[in-house]
Amino acid sequence: MNVLLASLPFYPFLSFLLLIVFGKKLSWRLAATISVSSMAISALVSAILLFELSATKNQVMTVNLWHWFELSNAMGSSDVNVRFYLDGLSAVMISVVTGVGFLIHLFAAIYMKSDANFSRFMAYMNLFIVAMLILVLADNLALLYLGWEGVGLCSFLLIGFWYQEPSNVLAARKAFIVTRIGDTSMAIGLLLLFNSFGQLNIEAVTVLAEQANSLSARTNAESADNIYWIALLLLGGAVGKSAQLPLQTWLPDAMAGPTPVSALIHAATMVTAGVYLIARMHGIFLLAPEVMNYVAWLGALTLLLAGIAALAQTDIKRVLAYSTMSQIGYMMLALGAGAWSAGVFHLMTHAFFKALLFLTAGAVIYALHHQQNLFKMGGLLKKLPFESSLFIIGLICLMALPGTSGFFSKEAIIAQLWSSDTAGPMLWWCAILGALLTSIYSCRLFFLGFLGKARFNENVQLEKSSLLRTSLIILALLSLFGGLIPLDLTLVFSSVMNLPLAQLTEPTWLHTVAIITPFIGMVFSWFYFKSYRIYHLASKEHILQPNNGRFVVFCRQGLGFDGLYKKLFIMPYQWLAQINKNDIFDQIMMLNSWYVGLWHDALVLVQNGSLRWYLAAFGLAIMLLLGVSLL
Amino acid sequence: MTLTCIMLALLFAGGLAWRAENHWQGSAKWLALIALALLATVFAVFVMSASNDFAQLQVLSRVSWIESFNIEYSIALDQLSIVLIALTWLLAIICVLVSWHEIQSNVGFYYFNLLLTIAGIIGVFVAVDMFLFFFFWEVMLLPMTAIIAIWGHENRQFAALKFFIFTQVSSLLMLVAIIGTGYFHLMQTGQLSFYYPDWLLLDIPLSISQYLMFGFFIAFAVKLPSVPVHSWLPDAHTQAPTAGSVLLAGVLLKTGAYGLIRFVIFLFPQASLQFAPIAATLGVVSIIYGAKMAFAQQDFKRLVAYSSISHMGFVMLALFTFNSTAYQGAIVTLVAHGLSSAALFALAGMIYQRIHSRNLTDMGGFWHSAPRMGGFALAFAGAAFGLPGLANFIGEFFSLVGAFQVMPAFTIIAALGLIGSAIYGMVLFQTSFQGAAKQEIIDLQLRELLICGSLLLMLLAIGLYPTLLLKFSFGV
Repeated sequence: MNVLLASLPFYPFLSFLLLIVFGKKLSWRLAATISVSSMAISALVSAILLFELSATKNQVMTVNLWHWFELSNAMGSSDVNVRFYLDGLSAVMISVVTGVGFLIHLFAAIYMKSDANFSRFMAYMNLFIVAMLILVLADNLALLYLGWEGVGLCSFLLIGFWYQEPSNVLAARKAFIVTRIGDTSMAIGLLLLFNSFGQLNIEAVTVLAEQANSLSARTNAESADNIYWIALLLLGGAVGKSAQLPLQTWLPDAMAGPTPVSALIHAATMVTAGVYLIARMHGIFLLAPEVMNYVAWLGALTLLLAGIAALAQTDIKRVLAYSTMSQIGYMMLALGAGAWSAGVFHLMTHAFFKALLFLTAGAVIYALHHQQNLFKMGGLLKKLPFESSLFIIGLICLMALPGTSGFFSKEAIIAQLWSSDTAGPMLWWCAILGALLTSIYSCRLFFLGFLGKARFNENVQLEKSSLLRTSLIILALLSLFGGLIPLDLTLVFSSVMNLPLAQLTEPTWLHTVAIITPFIGMVFSWFYFKSYRIYHLASKEHILQPNNGRFVVFCRQGLGFDGLYKKLFIMPYQWLAQINKNDIFDQIMMLNSWYVGLWHDALVLVQNGSLRWYLAAFGLAIMLLLGVSLL
Repeated sequence: MTLTCIMLALLFAGGLAWRAENHWQGSAKWLALIALALLATVFAVFVMSASNDFAQLQVLSRVSWIESFNIEYSIALDQLSIVLIALTWLLAIICVLVSWHEIQSNVGFYYFNLLLTIAGIIGVFVAVDMFLFFFFWEVMLLPMTAIIAIWGHENRQFAALKFFIFTQVSSLLMLVAIIGTGYFHLMQTGQLSFYYPDWLLLDIPLSISQYLMFGFFIAFAVKLPSVPVHSWLPDAHTQAPTAGSVLLAGVLLKTGAYGLIRFVIFLFPQASLQFAPIAATLGVVSIIYGAKMAFAQQDFKRLVAYSSISHMGFVMLALFTFNSTAYQGAIVTLVAHGLSSAALFALAGMIYQRIHSRNLTDMGGFWHSAPRMGGFALAFAGAAFGLPGLANFIGEFFSLVGAFQVMPAFTIIAALGLIGSAIYGMVLFQTSFQGAAKQEIIDLQLRELLICGSLLLMLLAIGLYPTLLLKFSFGV
């Protein structure tokens, strides 16, 4: 039993318990120490585990914590255990989660210092790490689902952390419900998967799926059909969590949460859970090439959509949110093309530079007294040189300029698209167009925020905490040099290596184009966004205003998806709820009581106690009886 | 014998509490609490020390009661009834604790009714003579109606009457079915019998058994409740005092499910199988319709009441798929829902005591002044929308996994209930605890912490280590 592996999620969990139980009784110093040190221990343990893992023969470590339950179907029964499984892929994930998580915790401990509910905030962050670790370490899909829902809940709690603001409450609700739609798809996928294979264990399922695929033709057709649906339903879960089309609408609103949350959950870790899920289940996806193709297309479309939307944003965090969405689109595109390692690699480098970007943005927002509007920034390069230089590092990684980590991972993806069976030249062009968009919106963001003249009056408040700066510097170093981390996932994706490569000849100009694209975007922006860059060039009366043309506003609001879903789903549901508020079945049942009441009233009318009336009725009845009997 | 003594002791303790309250104010609740704790311990010791594992129905006593009709006083236990009785004990103690300060008038009589209801419920779970079962079914009903009608909220008379009529009319059908089956026994064997094990041996042709089954089914479907005969429940739950709601949602609904298992499915397997598509449809409709109705409510308790309908839909669907995994799921759901809905109603009671309103529009931002309460509310709402790690997830997951093997299309629709439950769960939690703080309330006190803490602990225990429940086979 590997105690280290088993204990990994328990450090943050312990910290969560302490912080929740003692709550506001803890001083800032104590609460910060507990939560950050628990993360430091986790990061350390992950490092040791990484080291131990490379020493094992088949690069797999497992540990069984306890028996959860046992499920059975016609094919027999299988155990579902709380069991951790560490291989190359989950090792990458735990390093990112604990490593980047630790840095963000460190940052958050200082950034959120003055918040009245500091210990609650750190408790949620710790709980999130617990759930995320369970998600990536789970050896079966039921446990993975536990982590999956757990991170969803923490995301909900942290988006709505400032819960007194109604818009934050709505953003949290939206995030939870939209991802829940994906989760439900995933849950149905699990049902189908268990029904087809009698297993929820990931390894076992992969083996069984491959076996089923190589069976006779008739069963093959049926099982291929099942595998197709399983892959599609799991994809539903992945797009929900990873904010891809068509469930992408929650992510921009999720920026309502505190900035460290956006960095940790909505950039570095949780939103990449969908990517992890697909990479983890690659055995299933490989058997459903159509679904791989959908994955690639969804990724590509999201990539472009988010890139366009990012161009029209005015809020610095929303630009980054759309940028996250589009970078995850790249990862999805990679997975769809079968470039598994490249996708995971991009996941890792993206976690570095996007966390850096968000945290630096947070520092900037803090310095400007919670100003998030880019059109009210400007000239920050001179006023905040430290933050600005870190932001530049983040942006060049995002644009994938040669030498940065983003360059290595993004090029690795793009290089494999052209000749992939499930992708192809069309998707390659999408990726290139996406890279162009990325560099344009990055430049726009930079020009608006950091060049030109300051468009605010207050003095900047500087946070000179060395701990905060250390965490930023480490992230910057990781962003710059993280591309050099050797990532060997051949053992995890070994089955992929046997795939016959398509015999498409790649034109020689491919790589050149891919490398040049960001520069084209930069040159374009240099001239196109001239007014943003040199603000004082504009006339004195002219105030820099965002373009509010109809199309721009349409793009700013995420290309109309919110409105569409509102009309398609939300309004009908609310209408249905409203119109049937009194419960039609109840009203039908109450008709009985109305009917009884009617008779009651009628009979009361008859029993009025006046002799005249009784006599008349008596006489009438006798006449009637006589009449009837005579006839 | 022990069981009979326990039921009589409950009756006796109830009477004692009633009398004692007249002499010493405040003694009734202590008496009730002590009696319940003591008797629950006796029950636990009795079950633990028994030599068998109750995998099969164990008849504990058989005494002739009304000889001319061959009606007996016969009681028995098996794992199913033991689990449900254990749930009853737990929630009974919770009921006393939530009533601690809430009940201010007629206190003695209130605890008499409470203990009598519990005695009736235990009787329902142990009776194996059908006439005796019917007797206990009524014993359970009358004091419950009284609790709603006397100590309920503003519209209590109406709700109590509605509850009473729904249950009475449906149990009349059950009575007809009981007499019919007893008469059939007379035809087939030459002797009248209402003894359940005797009935299990009967070989009833489908043409007759489908009518008999239907009589039982209606009675239990009303109690469960299932759409379209659910409408007594929102009124009864909303108007009842907190303990009444806890008891109704936690245990009384479970007698419906218990009846479906024991007297519909096990007694008329053929007829049930034939009826399964209709029953499963009702289950699926209940899931979706309950979730949708819950979303539309403005009243905290009414929302939880409709969510109960949704959850019981899972039970109905799972039971009528005749799959062992789904069956286990149904039983876990029964226990889990018993705990989680009881917890939500208890919370509703605590909020009502503070702000004298159940209306969600009067609530908001409670987290600010009552963070502990907020934490528990979130956890219990999470249980209601099937958060993994809590008991309800195990129940729903097992139900769905099992049901999927038999009726995939139905199950997929049922799974959409997961979205519906997330929506009403969010509405419930967010409108009451998040948003701008409308008023300050006092956070949970020790007694309330005890109630919420113990319920959450149970939910977590079953959610993380379901073997606690799943190690029993429940007669499959």
